[in-house]
Amino acid sequence: MKQKSVAIVGAAESTELGKTPHISQIQIHADAAFNTLADAGLRPKDIDGIATAGESPVGIAYYLGIEPKWIDATSIGGCSFMLHVRHAAAAINEGLCSTVLITHGESGRSQVGRGGFARAASSLNGQFELPYGPTGPPTMFTIPVLRYMKDYGVSEEQLATVAVIQREWAAMNPRASFRDPITVADVLESTMIAYPFRKLMCCLVTDGGGALILTAAERAKDFDTRPVYVLGTGESSESPMVSQMDDFSTSRAFRVSGRLAFDEAGIATSDVDHLMVYDAFAHLPLYGLADLGFCDRGEAAAFIEDRRTAPGGLLPLNTNGGGLSYMHSGMYGMYALQESVRQLRGVAPAQVKGARISVAHGVGGMFSAAGTIVMSNDPP
Amino acid sequence: MPEIKRALPQPTPETRHFWDGARDGELRLQRCDDCAHVYFPPRPFCPECASRSVSVFQASGRGTLHSYVINHRPAPGFDPPYSIAVVKLDEGPKMLTNVVNTPQTPEALELDMDLEVHFEKMTDEITLPLFQPADPNRAKSNR
Ligand SMILES: [Zn+2]
Repeated sequence: MKQKSVAIVGAAESTELGKTPHISQIQIHADAAFNTLADAGLRPKDIDGIATAGESPVGIAYYLGIEPKWIDATSIGGCSFMLHVRHAAAAINEGLCSTVLITHGESGRSQVGRGGFARAASSLNGQFELPYGPTGPPTMFTIPVLRYMKDYGVSEEQLATVAVIQREWAAMNPRASFRDPITVADVLESTMIAYPFRKLMCCLVTDGGGALILTAAERAKDFDTRPVYVLGTGESSESPMVSQMDDFSTSRAFRVSGRLAFDEAGIATSDVDHLMVYDAFAHLPLYGLADLGFCDRGEAAAFIEDRRTAPGGLLPLNTNGGGLSYMHSGMYGMYALQESVRQLRGVAPAQVKGARISVAHGVGGMFSAAGTIVMSNDPP
Repeated sequence: MPEIKRALPQPTPETRHFWDGARDGELRLQRCDDCAHVYFPPRPFCPECASRSVSVFQASGRGTLHSYVINHRPAPGFDPPYSIAVVKLDEGPKMLTNVVNTPQTPEALELDMDLEVHFEKMTDEITLPLFQPADPNRAKSNR
């Protein structure tokens, strides 16, 4: 057999075809998935990669009870599933995951539970979250934090300190939206948005963009830029609904994604010179530090308060000022990657001297998904 | 000018029992016939063991305040500040809701306080399961 061969070992369609108004679109995915799992003699917990189009793979994985290490949401029309097969083959060959489930389901005729977007009134979020008045990230992403604060003794002052220290980094960055120093009192006295979150604990809303180009490491010498090598990568998802996070003081997606990236890179947290943790809100760096393994859950607030992530600290964190002070266009992950690249090229406004390994950790949705990239300016 | 109301759920075939139950004043959950796992939101299979043999049952309607925020910003159909809360049901699952019939303040909304379901009719079809502080007398006699 040729090296790098991948096989299809399960295949089935939904139990019924034609007109099925008694079953919603997500359940058609589930039905087809269960039939396919039965065909292969597998159960959802045997699956570690998920791809779909039309529905979110995060939603399908959550619905079926799958903990993915690889996710493909390529959605470019009817040929999406051919691309999923190709991408899955590459992922399996690369060892990113071992067993991929590709699902399709469409209530094309009956239009049951077919919202076309995640917040349709018939979606899980539309039925079981939106009626209770969350209006967006400030009232959704924030929901777990009081539980975390009570269980681990985190104060509102410590939450405010996250924003204060990131402003210190932003002060060194001419492109940052907010550069004036702030105090813990400033943060706690800023407008109440959604208790316990004040305005200065919430990210900015700005316009902006960014892009990256990747090629084979062996080609890097052909370019004038200082290469930044990808040492390790990780991804995962938990639930499309923040209220259904298994544990409100830790993100399963963060933990799985981080572990995959660190293991692939073969590094420990002590090897990390520079860290970016997507900070849509002030609590995210706390979750990021603990879930990536830099400290215990109960220590994250003190870790930041003790200035270990501040200018001059051993673990410079969110050195562009972060979503809280630099910029946040909506899907900020690109800016975390850009700052890691600047640091490893040695051209960041707040340059970490001699940075060799940088980690950029991003979140998707409200703790719904995560991606982690370990980079270095040393060739692997 | 028509009053702008809060977003309402559109039940699907797999969630219909939940919303029918709420309309009839019952909080309904599902339990796996094979592994006894109790879960929410509704699905016609067990997310723990993938069994397609599951049963709907009437939950106690009791739980504790697991976490929340108090929204101070305007929202269609709401009069801020209002709580957006997660109740941890006695049967295990967590559920997003609003805690009502109590001041919408951090002092009144104490984490881990006992809550009980309070159904609020929105339309002829949709009744939402909201929660309120549990009646301490009833809590004693029922537990
Ligand atoms: Zn089960």
